[in-house]
Amino acid sequence: MAATETSSSNPSLFYRLFFDKELRSVTIQVITMALIFAFFFFIVNNAITNLETIGKGYSFDFLWDASNYDINQTLIEYDSRSPHWRAAIVGIINTLLVAVSGIILATIVGFMLGVLRLSSNWLINRVVYVYIEYVRNVPVLLHILLVHGIVVNTLPIPKNALMAFDGTLFLTNRGFYTPKPLFEPAMWAVLIAFVIGIAFTIWFKGYARKVQDATGKIYPVLLISLGAILLFPIIVFFLAGVPVNLEYPELKGFNFKGGLVLRPEFVALWLALSLYTAAFIAEIVRAGIQAISHGQTEAAFALGIKPSRTMQLVIIPQALRVIIPPLSSQYLNITKNSSLAIAIGYMDIVATIGGISLNQTGREMECMTIVLAIYLFFSLMISAFMNWYNKRMKLVER
Amino acid sequence: MKLFKTLAVSAAVALASTSGAATAGTLQDVQARGELNCVVTTGVAGFGAPDDSGRWAGFDVDFCRATAAAVLGDGNKVKFVPTTGKTRFTVLNSGEGDLLYRNTTITMSRDADLKLSFLGVNYYDGQGFMVPKALGVTSAKELDGASVCIQTGTTTELNLADYFRANKMSYEPVTIETNEEGQTNYLAGRCDVYTTDASGLAATRSTFDQPNAHIILPEIISKEPLGPAVRQGDDEWADVTRWVLNVLIAAEEAGITQANIKGHAAKAGDNPDINRIAGTEGDFGSMIGLDKQWAVRAISAVGNYGEIFERNIGVNTSLGLARGLNAQWTNGGILYSPPVR
Repeated sequence: MAATETSSSNPSLFYRLFFDKELRSVTIQVITMALIFAFFFFIVNNAITNLETIGKGYSFDFLWDASNYDINQTLIEYDSRSPHWRAAIVGIINTLLVAVSGIILATIVGFMLGVLRLSSNWLINRVVYVYIEYVRNVPVLLHILLVHGIVVNTLPIPKNALMAFDGTLFLTNRGFYTPKPLFEPAMWAVLIAFVIGIAFTIWFKGYARKVQDATGKIYPVLLISLGAILLFPIIVFFLAGVPVNLEYPELKGFNFKGGLVLRPEFVALWLALSLYTAAFIAEIVRAGIQAISHGQTEAAFALGIKPSRTMQLVIIPQALRVIIPPLSSQYLNITKNSSLAIAIGYMDIVATIGGISLNQTGREMECMTIVLAIYLFFSLMISAFMNWYNKRMKLVER
Repeated sequence: MKLFKTLAVSAAVALASTSGAATAGTLQDVQARGELNCVVTTGVAGFGAPDDSGRWAGFDVDFCRATAAAVLGDGNKVKFVPTTGKTRFTVLNSGEGDLLYRNTTITMSRDADLKLSFLGVNYYDGQGFMVPKALGVTSAKELDGASVCIQTGTTTELNLADYFRANKMSYEPVTIETNEEGQTNYLAGRCDVYTTDASGLAATRSTFDQPNAHIILPEIISKEPLGPAVRQGDDEWADVTRWVLNVLIAAEEAGITQANIKGHAAKAGDNPDINRIAGTEGDFGSMIGLDKQWAVRAISAVGNYGEIFERNIGVNTSLGLARGLNAQWTNGGILYSPPVR
């Protein structure tokens, strides 16, 4: 009896796995997962076996050996006697430098272009439109090579440097040189004044809001904050007797010595990445603003809210909700695109640990693992921050 | 059901490719493929670069062709795999290439740690400096504070760091990925100095609009024995490739040329050295898994070492390199092939 029952209501489990509608979808998913795992297992296993066959181990010991090579742009102390891990840090800092300055410039330029693109002035919005379409449709590597080519080929060699602002700025194809500020101890007072200014601003913002809630009186918060954060430290700076010395760049032999220098590799990478990404950000900003229906503006005006406040309190907070998610991916793009630095010789993480160290030690797998982990870490950090910001800006629903 | 079939087939293919990874020796692989994968540079004039018609030509390239001629009977059965200084060893070690001829300096760590087998030296070189004449520099000792263009992934950046350190001079390294980029930066004045192996400097200079406006400084700051390499662990293949290199050098010493090799091969002469190379005495080819005519094919494809040198980089070419250290040991150089016997 039992046997007939199973066969009628449950015609063999194996058969059902493939022909029962519900079970079949599960079966397919299980098989797909198994194949994916098998694929990755095969790849990893293959790499390990191949490394073993040629007798190469997987070890990070080389990181503590002397690197034996020099790097031109080092923001921390480094020379050819330093270990490989230090070269990696130099590379990480250089990557971060170009990524962060790129994000800042791209955001500023992008927002400006985005707003100008909506300008009612026909000439302005057409010019911006053409710019955006040109920049967006040319690969970023070409932009980098183009800017680098322009800087290196059109600017003069150090001997014939272009001088601006009475010897405080020199433009050459080896870099842009400016005086370097050397701070005296009294500079601490200015720093403290700055911190006080920020603390005051935070307190004042809360206070102004309370007053507004209670009485409806509106303080000029922005103006007073600017005064506290900028003007106050500047006054302290002069009261302390200008506690700063300038080290001027000087032409000695082949190159300028002293001062601060922006190398052409950095300038090219920074400008190219920023301008390229700015074009995308401009479109995102335009989309964000246009997503807010005109009725919102009209409603705000009908309530007697000033145009500037309408923008600040009604339009922008809503537009930001549309803007932030795609903006995050642009920030991620800038960070990852900075790896194109190698094309023009900017010493980022790919060029140091992922390039010279890799080649001198022959540790491809290890070096690439490090580079991969670092990019992943940066990208996840940016994502986490942008997600947090997005949550903060989200429409609060009841 | 079709889906399952597809999955089953792809699984079978995946399994098959796993087992296919365990292969016979490189010699058998190359013969089965009918083509030699030779790892070369992305382009160094005279040493390895496509010519006007797109055909690869150059000093290193000719050694690839000689190897293909010996192994496959045709010097054109070569697939050239262009690599940067950075990717060359990975390409060789991953099996994408069978043989590396790419101005590669032999060093202990490359030989031992990178798991390569170097076959010998085909060019004795050393690192030098090139500067524009207008700079008025006559010695490398005057380069304190200069900006120096270097190609990344080479021994040159290590020599450079050591040289400037030892002489207590400072410099700004401008590290570039390829020779072309380095050249562009140097000509634009981004660097005062371009440094690489002296042969590479001559090659680079020969492609300039005004080669005479640049001088190569007298200091040679390193030993750079350039030579071919294969993956470590395949001695049979290493023997084949090593003896192709040796026999080209030995042929020059014995006076065998591209023009007269056919005659030597047709009839045994009085000189046993020549007879052994020409395959009329002994059976040296079978010792390395080839036939008696292996050396004859190699030499008739590209000529002997001296002919290869003069055709690609010699004094009558735009590179204008003298034989120097690369002359035969009988002529005041240090080129010295172990005997074919």
